[in-house]
Amino acid sequence: MEVERQTMRERQLRARDMLRGDLEGEELERYVEEKVVMTNFEKMLGWARSNSMFPLSFGLACCAIEGIPMSAVTARYDIARFGAEAGRASPRQADMIILSGRVSIKMAPVVRRLYDQMLEPKWAISMGACSSSGGMFSNYAVVQGADKFMPIDIHVPGCPPRPEAVLYGFTKLQRKIQGNPDQGWRARYGAAGTEEWARGGPRSEPSAEAAEAYLAARELIGA
Amino acid sequence: MPDAPGLELIRGEIESKHPGAVLDTGFEHGCASLSIDPAHVLAVLTWLYDTPGQGYRFLSSLHAADYLPAEPRFAVHYELLNRDRVERIRVKALLVDPGEDTLPEIDSCCELFPTAEFQEREAFDFFGIVFRGHPDLRRILLPDDYVGWPQRRDFPIGGEPVTFTYNEQNYG
Repeated sequence: MEVERQTMRERQLRARDMLRGDLEGEELERYVEEKVVMTNFEKMLGWARSNSMFPLSFGLACCAIEGIPMSAVTARYDIARFGAEAGRASPRQADMIILSGRVSIKMAPVVRRLYDQMLEPKWAISMGACSSSGGMFSNYAVVQGADKFMPIDIHVPGCPPRPEAVLYGFTKLQRKIQGNPDQGWRARYGAAGTEEWARGGPRSEPSAEAAEAYLAARELIGA
Repeated sequence: MPDAPGLELIRGEIESKHPGAVLDTGFEHGCASLSIDPAHVLAVLTWLYDTPGQGYRFLSSLHAADYLPAEPRFAVHYELLNRDRVERIRVKALLVDPGEDTLPEIDSCCELFPTAEFQEREAFDFFGIVFRGHPDLRRILLPDDYVGWPQRRDFPIGGEPVTFTYNEQNYG
């Protein structure tokens, strides 16, 4: 604790020196390296977007009662921790729609219209078994999966899904927005080293860890 | 509720006024029901509505049923309520299936019970029963361009078959 306090004091003093123009040469280099993060604009934009989502205040069926207001939005699980608590009553101001419940054939054009009215970029979460696959309603009245009439980014299973599941799906969506399409499944399935890259070209180089894992996996299978 | 003898009295009185209107009576689960000829449905409902001592002036529900393979196949059920005595009676109008491409018809009771308008539309929507004299008979819950009468028993359930590997391995 004492050490931390000292380094904090050191940093404060160095920041003061920098502002006075007293830092020069190697010290100034080190200061800049510590303080500045280099990234590109897309990454920054994705980071900002994913952490300030405006979901559409919209409900279809029982998932809208069980899932969204009662669990994910209220204080116990609190989707505000992930920056998506500002529900918008107009699709023009929303950038995420949560399909909460079964979509009947008569409702499908309405849902599609709401999705079309949202401004780009926009994302859709299909919450629960019914909107993902028709669920228990395998009959004449219900659309067998909402992805038949609109693009869906994340499917959350469950009937209804636990609030943890909804929030997990939401964090997946955040990762997707930030440009990590593999969603971490390689680590979960022990599938490191199965990545494929387009060879050649400026961005074809894998990260050092991925390249190591790839080589290790090749060795393992004796290739 | 009219008990079983009371129901027979009602039947006798209707029979004397409208011969051939009542086909059968039934008394199940403490509820009296009259099975009637659909040609006399308005006469019977009006009689139960107007006659002193009856006064079934409230239509608490109107719904249809498909009794396939029984004959007559369809029935329109009118659940009537006397609100003074809190007595209920059920009227079943039995409709013969007129065959392919023709819809069974019955008189609308919207004039007598305005609440029947939406419920008759629902019965039309799901069973294809046409109510003659209904002011606005079109689909109410299904899309307007829907084809078929989905609550009929011979209507395929629809949806998509779901294949499970368990079924495939054991029965496939």
